[in-house]
Amino acid sequence: MPSSWIGMKVKRVEDPALLTGEGQYIDDISRPGMLHAVAVRSPYAHARILGIDKSAALELPGVVAVVTHDDLPEQMKGQSIPMMVPHPVITADKRPQILCRDEVCFVGDLVAMVLAEDRYVAEDAVALVDVDYEELDCASWVKDAAEAGAPSAHADLATNIAANIDLEYGEIDHAFATASHVITEEIFQHRGSAHSMETRGCISEYDDATGQTRIWVTSQSPHQFKGAFADMMDLVDQDVHVIVPPDVGGGFGPKAVMWPEQFVIPACALIAGRPVKWIEDRREHFMCAYQERDQHWSGELALDAQGKILGLRARLIHDTGAYVPWGVVVPWITCTTVPGPYVIPAYEMRCEVVFTNKVPVTPVRGAGRPQAATFMERMLDIGADRVGIGRDEIRRRNFVQPEQMPYEVGLVFRDGKPVVYDSGDYPQCQAMVLEQANFAEFGQRQRQARSEGRYIGIGTASYIEATGLGPFEGVSVHVQRNGKVIVHTGAAPQGQGHQTMLAQVVADSLGCSFKDITVKVSDTTTIQRGVGTFASRITPNAAPSAHLASNTVREKILKIAAHLLETSVEDLEVEDSRVSVKGVPEHGKTFRDIATFAGAMPGFAVPAGLDAVLEDTVYFAPERATYANGAHCVEVEVDAETGHVSIIKYSTAHDCGTIINPLSVNAQVMGGVAHGIGNALFEWMRYDDHAQPVTMNFGEYLLPTAPEVPNVDQSHMQSPTPLNPLGAKGAGEGGTIPAIAAIVSAIESALEPFGVCIRTVPVTPDALLDLIDAGRQNAGRPDV
Amino acid sequence: MSETWTIKCLINEKPVEREVSVRLTLADFLRHEVGLTGTHLGCEHGVCGACTVLLDGRSARSCLTLAVQVDGMNVTTVEGLGDKTRLSPLQQAFMDEHGLQCGFCTPGMLTTLTELLANNPDPSESEVRLAISGNICRCTGYENIVKATMTAVRYIRDGMPESSEVVD
Repeated sequence: MPSSWIGMKVKRVEDPALLTGEGQYIDDISRPGMLHAVAVRSPYAHARILGIDKSAALELPGVVAVVTHDDLPEQMKGQSIPMMVPHPVITADKRPQILCRDEVCFVGDLVAMVLAEDRYVAEDAVALVDVDYEELDCASWVKDAAEAGAPSAHADLATNIAANIDLEYGEIDHAFATASHVITEEIFQHRGSAHSMETRGCISEYDDATGQTRIWVTSQSPHQFKGAFADMMDLVDQDVHVIVPPDVGGGFGPKAVMWPEQFVIPACALIAGRPVKWIEDRREHFMCAYQERDQHWSGELALDAQGKILGLRARLIHDTGAYVPWGVVVPWITCTTVPGPYVIPAYEMRCEVVFTNKVPVTPVRGAGRPQAATFMERMLDIGADRVGIGRDEIRRRNFVQPEQMPYEVGLVFRDGKPVVYDSGDYPQCQAMVLEQANFAEFGQRQRQARSEGRYIGIGTASYIEATGLGPFEGVSVHVQRNGKVIVHTGAAPQGQGHQTMLAQVVADSLGCSFKDITVKVSDTTTIQRGVGTFASRITPNAAPSAHLASNTVREKILKIAAHLLETSVEDLEVEDSRVSVKGVPEHGKTFRDIATFAGAMPGFAVPAGLDAVLEDTVYFAPERATYANGAHCVEVEVDAETGHVSIIKYSTAHDCGTIINPLSVNAQVMGGVAHGIGNALFEWMRYDDHAQPVTMNFGEYLLPTAPEVPNVDQSHMQSPTPLNPLGAKGAGEGGTIPAIAAIVSAIESALEPFGVCIRTVPVTPDALLDLIDAGRQNAGRPDV
Repeated sequence: MSETWTIKCLINEKPVEREVSVRLTLADFLRHEVGLTGTHLGCEHGVCGACTVLLDGRSARSCLTLAVQVDGMNVTTVEGLGDKTRLSPLQQAFMDEHGLQCGFCTPGMLTTLTELLANNPDPSESEVRLAISGNICRCTGYENIVKATMTAVRYIRDGMPESSEVVD
């Protein structure tokens, strides 16, 4: 047994089932008499519903019902999904309707559910539901939609402005008045969809015997949903039982936020009096699973003669799609993440959050942070070139220094608390990654490559990541009568390995055998409260809960052991689910002995001062978010004839505080980098001028595959946060955040002979060829 | 639409005879009629590779294959590669190298790579990457999948480790 489980490369307890086809995902669950639901969705970006004729669909053998708005239970009629993260800046609060009644606001908006005995029949019947639409003008492109007089995304709104986010601190006018250099740039960023390999799904049944509505759902936040559903239906919590299947095939954001389908399916089960299953298909996932999308940036960076930042002004137009189901979390995070790891004495951000008739925008891995980092890092790259110093050097000259920690930026984060960087050494992280990448000798490599007619380039980017947001996450630890340990949490995993990570913490703090621990996740009847798996928040929230609950249970165990062994607690030690007298290992009691004693005989009294139940539940609530950080460095080769970008070497330095399982942290970084590569080079959810989605499959929307993704050379610092007892920070998104910026910078470096400046991401081969051609023309050297 | 056909095939070495709807996909047949839910559907249009099974040892998309097409064939799914008490060398290597996170693409990766290693017992890393270029994974960034495959090559050649320790 290791001396501490914290920091050990523990193989995952989740894996054996997943490797042998024994995992249990939502579509693997079947209930007796279950019906299959398939959605009828709007084919228009914006239209009025004039009528719905179900008759032809209902005539099809096997079709049981077509559920439309008017069929919904009274409590759901006219309702939208609840606003979980309201904010005073939201001036037009439009959320997805449970089922659309009069108006549809994007292609994919939910109009009806067909229920049938068989999925194939339900699919057939969808085509037979005749919805009479009157098409309305639509808001397709966000920049146009932001203009006064633009077609409105919602018939009852005069403008498409959902919110204005105005943030500022410092003497911004003074900064620009005294600047030696002012960098002015316009940058467009598109960020794509989440695309977990498992789509979304929901199964529900109404239990006549208990009066309970049971809902299985691929949710990243089951307890939040339970509360929302109970509130909508005017039920008490106990009437709603939400279960996340033991296995969920990836999340990356959209499964954290609530969607109409998870409300409609329980309604369908109630209406049909039978269990109902809905499994989203990939086409639907493209069409209506929440995405991130377009941001138009314009920025001005004020630098002194040495390249020190004096101030930054930015304007941002953010496409929020048709609704704000998760408030303005994405643009808010973007606006507060721009300063990143740098000292920016004065900052002014003006952001318009704008409705369009497209899929609602909610967090995708990174949640607006990658765009903030890309903007800031672009400005620094261009600034460095203007000042005439290295792109690495301008960052060094502007980093927040370790001795400035805790560093208060001057902004309020999305958790309502000030942005305070609690710990970390940003210059050191950069130094580490540049060392790994052999940045110092890149010039030689580049000269050599150019002499061979090859264009290679290097880019680096640094970032911070707010992780571990509150309010809390709970863990209960229970030593059962047989001495085995059962751990419950509401922290629904989607592949991160929560079970293994929490078992490590419990083994460490409780002193039990690792193999005696079973971690059960995401069943709202097993733990009262939970928040959800998003914002890289589980390790910094749930692990401290597991630690604190285990400590309490351990104290209970020690007290009973001291009683049984007729000694004092101070003389005892715990190892491998056994308590023994220090120095006399044979004189001891197993957890099983202790639990059996504590369980006691019916009617007997528990000795004074002892606890009969070896259980504790803790909901650790952090004071505020804790900040992880890191730096990436990437070397690329660009084919100037095809615009193809190959990644030659990818290096990362990452600091998420105390690492509990290095296997998991490494894997989170790798996966995050791959997602960032997709965002930098491939992933573009395209629409036409009528807001019709035109990339609707994996042939049209490209995800990175194995040949495009390199191995990642990783190093780690560990700067523990003072904000939780384990010092752990989140690690789920750091791999993604700086990847776009680093890759874009590297491409520019490779194409330096052509004077290429990249202002649009993703960077597609055709766009790159245009830039190369323009560079050739400008240089008057079409032959370069 | 309701026309049916009787098929006979071997699934994971067990003979199966069933009457199936002619439009039923192989994936739905395996998952919902035979109860082998290890085969996963990620895209249902033949790109993501999660549903890959082996038909007479050759990889095929079960989402684009109809059940009636496997009449007379030998079908291998992830359930046929090993079980929890006796993982195949490839499965063991995936566990040892942390080659999976959410596990949804994993069955397709395992079947695809089982085919690769049967045809090429000593692949290079780039051959492994090419072999799985039709299998999308959103979690891992592929690195540990490639590493696991190289480890599996070693396990197959030199034998599996005696005991699989919890701690690496």
